[in-house]
Amino acid sequence: EGRNETCLERRTGRLSSNNEWTNRDWRGGLKDSVEWEGRSLLKALVKKSALRGEQVHVLGCEVSEEEFREGFDSNINSRLVYHDLFRDPLSWSKPGKALPGGPLEALRALDKRTVSGPATIALDSLSWLLHHLPCPTLCQTLHALSRQDSCPGDTPPGEQVRVLGLLHEELHGPGPLGALSSLAQTEVTLSGMMGQASAQILCRRPRQRPTHQTQWFSILPDFSLELQAEPPLESQPRSDPHTPSVDPTTHLTFNLHLSKKEREAKDSLTLPFQFSSEKQQALLRPGLGQATSHIFYEPDAYDDLDQEDPDDDLDV
Amino acid sequence: MSVQGKLTLLCDAKTDGSFLVHHFLSFYLKANCKVCLVALIQSFSHYNIVGQKLGVSLTAARERGQLVVLEGLKSGVDVFFRPREEPHPLQFLREANAGDLQPLYAFVRDALQPVDSGEAAWRCPVLLVDDLSVLLSLGVGPVAVLDFVHYCRATVCQEWKGNVVCLVHDSGDTEDEESDVLLNGLSHQSHLILRAEGLATGFCKDVHGQLRILWRRPLQPTTHRDRSLTYQYKIQDKSVSFFAKGMSPAVL
Repeated sequence: EGRNETCLERRTGRLSSNNEWTNRDWRGGLKDSVEWEGRSLLKALVKKSALRGEQVHVLGCEVSEEEFREGFDSNINSRLVYHDLFRDPLSWSKPGKALPGGPLEALRALDKRTVSGPATIALDSLSWLLHHLPCPTLCQTLHALSRQDSCPGDTPPGEQVRVLGLLHEELHGPGPLGALSSLAQTEVTLSGMMGQASAQILCRRPRQRPTHQTQWFSILPDFSLELQAEPPLESQPRSDPHTPSVDPTTHLTFNLHLSKKEREAKDSLTLPFQFSSEKQQALLRPGLGQATSHIFYEPDAYDDLDQEDPDDDLDV
Repeated sequence: MSVQGKLTLLCDAKTDGSFLVHHFLSFYLKANCKVCLVALIQSFSHYNIVGQKLGVSLTAARERGQLVVLEGLKSGVDVFFRPREEPHPLQFLREANAGDLQPLYAFVRDALQPVDSGEAAWRCPVLLVDDLSVLLSLGVGPVAVLDFVHYCRATVCQEWKGNVVCLVHDSGDTEDEESDVLLNGLSHQSHLILRAEGLATGFCKDVHGQLRILWRRPLQPTTHRDRSLTYQYKIQDKSVSFFAKGMSPAVL
């Protein structure tokens, strides 16, 4: 038991020193898809921040506050401030329950006046914001938001603000995706294989080459993040526990199996168009019984039989 | 009724998934829920006839106030003959730019608003939309449709703990970006996705299609494998029979 724990710690430790995405400051994008959803990972990262003693500001556009807080204990929930853009983002309700100024003002309000480091701002989601704000405006606002940590010399490291955005990849064209990518220091794209989720992590640091890494992980029911080793490539897909395996050949009216004799007969059969050496010999030496080929032709009344060779006048 | 406050997305690809709409309609009416049906594709009598085969009378449900129906085919014409000042749920048909679906949302909200009067208390409110893809054809943008579903989710699912069921078509056409944005955007918002697909090999008399069931947004993160199932089905006159892939009685 103890040895396993140490292995996991060692692995995690090595990961954090090479890879900023779980521990150090970053401006990051989390890209998910319909098949591999990203909100669980977002919540896991929010939990990590809160456990470090930071305040977390969530701009919630897609799920209710109740749903977002579900699964967090009171320790984490007390550090989580939920800015609710879910209930009435477009001021359709009367009396309005909307945040004043609409989505853009709500986003701009997350600047130094409200959020002071160490803190994390989680945007759930960037896709919703991209659908409702012009892309340049959104990019400028995001850049202004995270400019607080772009000059690490001015702000002490403990006071920096991390910005983390969830993006649904399939909903946007390459233009907006590229623009948002250029703003992010770290991009995490979710995918997986055979039921196991993985994260493709792309880290861009100034004046350094981007690093790329794949990390397999799972999220526990309490939203703790568990990093895992890569699943073996040759593993067989396990049969679904929900459906009992049924042998479809049990109640057939026809025979699917061959007996030994039938199999031998089948294997020794030569197919008509298979060219074997016997066949070759037979063709080269016409046997006694084989007649040479004849062509029988009955000319019609209209046929003009000319015995001359039409190629005679060619000077070849 | 363990499932409450959820958005169920019905989706069909290369086949007709409307049998799922009829199923949910009769299911929720039998479960004594207050139902609002936004019927943009078929007339009321069509749903009524199918409903009778499934054991519910929509006419009776409408008369006793359990069912509110917006008949798109009929009232769509009304929009042009009414004075402009009166709001109409399908007002976007009149506008030069389709704008948003706030009037339609207002209709749904008013139809399903829980009232504390003396009338019989229905169980949770349910919104059924058949279907959302036609709104794209009528000039509404995909983001506007997503906003409409967002508000329905916020009010019907979150506030009133009711359910929302919407049908959308997967055109399979890679050039139809709006349809893709709508389908993917709805998929991200949904808790449960039921996807009816035609068989890859084409039409078959005994197996009408395949149903994929995908659970999204579980409150507790679960493994991916627990989250999806696939069945094949055959639609009969009064029911639909489901069986595991390759196990149709006609094939064995």
